[in-house]
Amino acid sequence: MRLSPDSLIFWQHGLFKINATIAYTWLIMLLLSITSILISFKLSKEIKRSRWQNLLEIIVSKIKKQIEEVGLSEPKKYIGFIGTLFLFVAASSLFNIIPGYEPPTGSLSTTVALALCVFVAIPFFGIEEQGINNYLKSYVQPTFIMLPFNIISEISRTLALAVRLFGNMMSGSMIVGILLSITPLLFPILMTLLGLLTGMVQAYIFSILAAVYIAAATRVRKSGQSKKVTS
Amino acid sequence: MEPSIIIAVASIIVAGFSTSFGAIGPALAEGRAVATALSSLAQQPDASATITRTLFVGLAMIESTAIYCLVVSMILLFANPFWNHFISQSVGK
Repeated sequence: MRLSPDSLIFWQHGLFKINATIAYTWLIMLLLSITSILISFKLSKEIKRSRWQNLLEIIVSKIKKQIEEVGLSEPKKYIGFIGTLFLFVAASSLFNIIPGYEPPTGSLSTTVALALCVFVAIPFFGIEEQGINNYLKSYVQPTFIMLPFNIISEISRTLALAVRLFGNMMSGSMIVGILLSITPLLFPILMTLLGLLTGMVQAYIFSILAAVYIAAATRVRKSGQSKKVTS
Repeated sequence: MEPSIIIAVASIIVAGFSTSFGAIGPALAEGRAVATALSSLAQQPDASATITRTLFVGLAMIESTAIYCLVVSMILLFANPFWNHFISQSVGK
């Protein structure tokens, strides 16, 4: 039994190999970008608009609203990053209904890559928002003793982000695989349904957690400023 | 007993124990979290968006501990490093 789609190799030439993870990742990326480019070719500002444009508008405005509710006041700046994370993770678990497909997020390398993107994005947005000095100062925020703990939490939450997504996706496909050998017909379908639900919830949680971390990194200055103003 | 049998038995038993004991704590914690969220939803239906979002994020945090145990037992069952090491050694002989 395969633990991850990494070990399903389609094509290999020397050191270069194209496994299922890479192939399906590129497939999803192509599908997402081509559909959005095709839809956004003919955007209309009139009342009459295509249903695809309606779909995109609903998705974008919902994501924007969620980002705003987390505490990021300018969702337009962050929707490119957080919305892409959400759409990629959601699409990769949604396509699970297609037979023969395996979600690329069921491989630890994909989820670690996504979590590393979040790991880099947090200081990037934090420094952009409040400058490098203020951002570095947030590491020693209550006292200097908290410095190692802050660094540890930064690393451990990235690890948790990666392993959580990997574990959920991997366990979904693994349970279906195990159940197929025990009760072939009905139960795997129900578990696939449950897998779709958990996939959506995980996509939501992944992007919301990324938004929460970014909000925590960019919000420090405002509380510090208000303290300065009051004192 | 041969070492291969010891490794296999130990991995299988520990894999079962790791998931079963690792699921107890998160199950209790998730039950408590959902119960508290439901009672606060009943008290303040207006704040449902915030409560639901916080609940989901918290549930994901709690659930990840159970997922870690599951990942450990899956690795023990399907990608056991000790087993692979032993097999490669015995083939090398």
